[in-house]
Amino acid sequence: MVMASKTTVLVIGGGSTGCGIVRDLAMRGIDATLVERGNLTHGTTGRMHGLLHSGGRYAVSDQASARECIEENRVLREIAGHCVEMTGGYFVKRPEDDEAYFQEKLEGCHACDIPADVVSRKELRTDEPYLARDVEKAIRVPDGAIDPFRLCVANAADAEANGARIETHAPVTDVLVEGDRVVGVEVEHDSGPGKRVHRTPGTTEEIRAEYVVNATGAWAGRIGDMAGVDVEVRPSKGVMTIMNVRQVDSVINRCRPKGDADIIVPHETTAILGTTDEEVSDPDDYPEERWEVDLMIDTLSELVPILQEARTIRSFWGVRPLYEPPGTGTTDPTDITRDFFLLDHQERDDLEGFTSIVGGKFTTYRMMAETITDHVCEQLGVSEPCRTAEVALPGSEDLGSLDDHMDSFGLRSPIARRSGQRLGSRAAAVLSGSDPNPVVCDCEAVTRAEVRDAIDGSGSDLNAVRIRTRASMGNCQGGFCCHRLAHELSPRYEEDVVREAWDELVEERWKGERHALWGEQLSQAALNDALWATTMNMDTDPARTGVDVDFAAFDAGEYGFESEGSSGVAADGGTRGDQ
Amino acid sequence: MAISDDVLVIGGGLAGMTAAIAAARGGARVRLLSHKASTLRNASGLIDVLGTDPGGHGPLADPFDGLDALPQEHPYSVLGEQAIREGLALFDDLLGDRYLGAHTDRNALVPTHGGTVKPTARYPAATAPGLASFGTETLLVGFESVTDFDAPLAAAHLETAGVPFEVRGVTLPFPGEFRADARVTRMAHALDEDREVRADGPATGTRATLADRVADHLDGAERVGFPALLGDEHGEEVREELADRLGAEVFEVPMGPPSLPGLRLEDALEAALHEEGVRVESGNPVVGYEGDDRVETVTVERVHREVPYGAEQVILATGGLVGKGIRSSRSGVREPIFGCHVPQPEDRYDWFSDGVFDDQPYARFGLRIDEGCRPLDDREGVEFENLRAVGAVCGGYDSAREKSASGVSLATATVAGRRAAECL
Repeated sequence: MVMASKTTVLVIGGGSTGCGIVRDLAMRGIDATLVERGNLTHGTTGRMHGLLHSGGRYAVSDQASARECIEENRVLREIAGHCVEMTGGYFVKRPEDDEAYFQEKLEGCHACDIPADVVSRKELRTDEPYLARDVEKAIRVPDGAIDPFRLCVANAADAEANGARIETHAPVTDVLVEGDRVVGVEVEHDSGPGKRVHRTPGTTEEIRAEYVVNATGAWAGRIGDMAGVDVEVRPSKGVMTIMNVRQVDSVINRCRPKGDADIIVPHETTAILGTTDEEVSDPDDYPEERWEVDLMIDTLSELVPILQEARTIRSFWGVRPLYEPPGTGTTDPTDITRDFFLLDHQERDDLEGFTSIVGGKFTTYRMMAETITDHVCEQLGVSEPCRTAEVALPGSEDLGSLDDHMDSFGLRSPIARRSGQRLGSRAAAVLSGSDPNPVVCDCEAVTRAEVRDAIDGSGSDLNAVRIRTRASMGNCQGGFCCHRLAHELSPRYEEDVVREAWDELVEERWKGERHALWGEQLSQAALNDALWATTMNMDTDPARTGVDVDFAAFDAGEYGFESEGSSGVAADGGTRGDQ
Repeated sequence: MAISDDVLVIGGGLAGMTAAIAAARGGARVRLLSHKASTLRNASGLIDVLGTDPGGHGPLADPFDGLDALPQEHPYSVLGEQAIREGLALFDDLLGDRYLGAHTDRNALVPTHGGTVKPTARYPAATAPGLASFGTETLLVGFESVTDFDAPLAAAHLETAGVPFEVRGVTLPFPGEFRADARVTRMAHALDEDREVRADGPATGTRATLADRVADHLDGAERVGFPALLGDEHGEEVREELADRLGAEVFEVPMGPPSLPGLRLEDALEAALHEEGVRVESGNPVVGYEGDDRVETVTVERVHREVPYGAEQVILATGGLVGKGIRSSRSGVREPIFGCHVPQPEDRYDWFSDGVFDDQPYARFGLRIDEGCRPLDDREGVEFENLRAVGAVCGGYDSAREKSASGVSLATATVAGRRAAECL
């Protein structure tokens, strides 16, 4: 059966750009629908190092981008305070790094209105004692850390509150073209429509729209193909390696023109090392290799030597949605501009009602969304102005008074503090939602109330719960909490749904942990295996394998029950207790 | 030499403690060194021998039926069936009526806190009434703040797994005032002490209050399963009182860390060590050894100094990857005290498989041993003539997939302990 529906604007892609666009559209009173093939952030947004750029990184090479970054950096601190940690950042110069470049960087920051000052080795190492002894000096800039998951979820939630429709796990299978106009898309709901619930039959839906926005980043070429237009994105992969503690409390950048493995971002309880830049032909299928992980550790150890011995908990790869206009011909992906491009397919390809947005960076997602929403409004004749830079996201309203409320939930202070940081102004409403309210994920201090709130928002998908709460993202990588998270789906969802969601989370956790299998994390993996396979028998669970067990062939005990029979074995298939 | 014994055991888990006892029973003067708390607090307390059919994916009804299909480097293949039987016999003797299952070779199927059943050879008396092979109508009870066990979900899952009985689950508040994230050990102690609980009416004990709350949901069930927190030191008494009050059998479902059945097993074995006259020292790591073909002394790091401990025979029971008897780095896997050979793929990307429950090469990391449990070097020669390895430091088997961890510990420990004593 094919469902049919209508919307004014259809946005494809649930990354930061798509979520930003759908919020902007909804706030301007436009009926909008967002479709995403996986979870929100499934593509590139959920696979980045979480840097809130000051703009310092582009202050020499791309000053236009640098100016946009510092502008949006200030905006996001205001509207998304609960997603941002203003750690500050440094561009650190080692003795072998070029002094002229250091000066250029400093001047570039000043030219772009990025607050920047030089700090001495002594001051630097007081602030960041694990930096190498021989670092020379650094430029201090207002870099920060930002949680891309929370940010996207908050954008999507606010869009919904303003009347938008958000459909995750709904890949686009066709772009509908009539004459020279795009009139909608066909999507394949994994379950539903609506929130994802495992084992609920999916449907095909034809969504007709007055305007379609392709915000699929590295995948924009595929959607373009469906509409019959060429969108030449040049996906470029980068690895990120997560350390189990914060070796640094500020963003540490290596102060040199360009290069792999030149940044460390402290993120929640972890530090994320990044990255590489290598063009790939298929954003869904590229090698994830040992040398890339080794390069992160070995190169960044030049800045922070203890990384060499430190514990990593996983590595992951993301794909940048790089784009350059046809004919530019840049060979090295690190030289491709980070600027974004609005491709109006009417102007470009004589195809009406369809625009793609490509390139760009996470920090300026809101500005990109504003630009494209302005463009769409122009097409639709809507004159409502953009307010996304002024109106705080849900969770970031009135953050000043937050601490006052945190004592009243009976939580131990580290748990209350971290819950409050994640939930922001929603903390009171969320944390009062469960009594008792035990901790479900110890590593990340996530309580039942927060988990259930996430389930309210995302259905039975535990990976969606994970990105909302950070549950299972700490040291044990879910060894102690995957089953607890699954338990929280019950009784709302049936056992078969819970089991499927649970298995999916376990596999997802393993996928990243594989790249960290040595030292402490290999020991952790072996312990998790013992807890899951030995203690719980998840691996040869008859409910999972479908193996028919002859229960009567097993020991039925010598304890208590054997008085009725001689062998103590339930030889009748185990119905004796019913007699 | 200041400190010298007949047999020195390094490591205080199931294998180390059992090996020490086996050696002591062979007439040796035994010292056991343990560094940190043993991994038994992570263990379910079940004694698995071989639970999975090596050829298929189903649970194995008789562990001894699966031995022939094991690879030749498997400790069971090296030591033979008799070693397993000897190990179990020692365990049965040490634990007495606290553990059951010795009446048959067959595995029992025990409900797990993950909601399915698992095959095991020996199980605590507290678990025995819950065996899944027996078709008695069952009620599972979970507690609101115990996130590790969801009774209604486990009941539904057990039905999907095909258990031959009706099973229901109910979630109740645990009697008394606890923090929402109180450890299960706190609840166990409240039951041990039968602490007074003041609800609406007059104060009653924790046990009576719990039984009252469960009774409303009994509805014909003949046995009631709880997460494993029914008392610590007075577990039997707690279970008996609950069973009396409910008029039903009462059992525990084994849980993850901190595992009370694991801790109880540790206590029982510690008492046995004491009884056998084994001297136990804990808190200091063994960091190296002196010797060439023989281990002459092992080096113990005490505060600020290294102390040599001499012994005729040394038993290595430091555990596997979890217990850190096997360590790894990006460049390789090693046994850190004696540098014994650990077979391994050269590239660490060959240490794992892509599916979480696929056959994992890392799970087999550990020392290869001869029939006297002596570690072998890369040319299959003996590493040291007087060093023996027991338990998870041995490799060549996958305890999680096979469900064989305790069986290998007991078999290796018994052989090594006996052989060590014989060599004096």
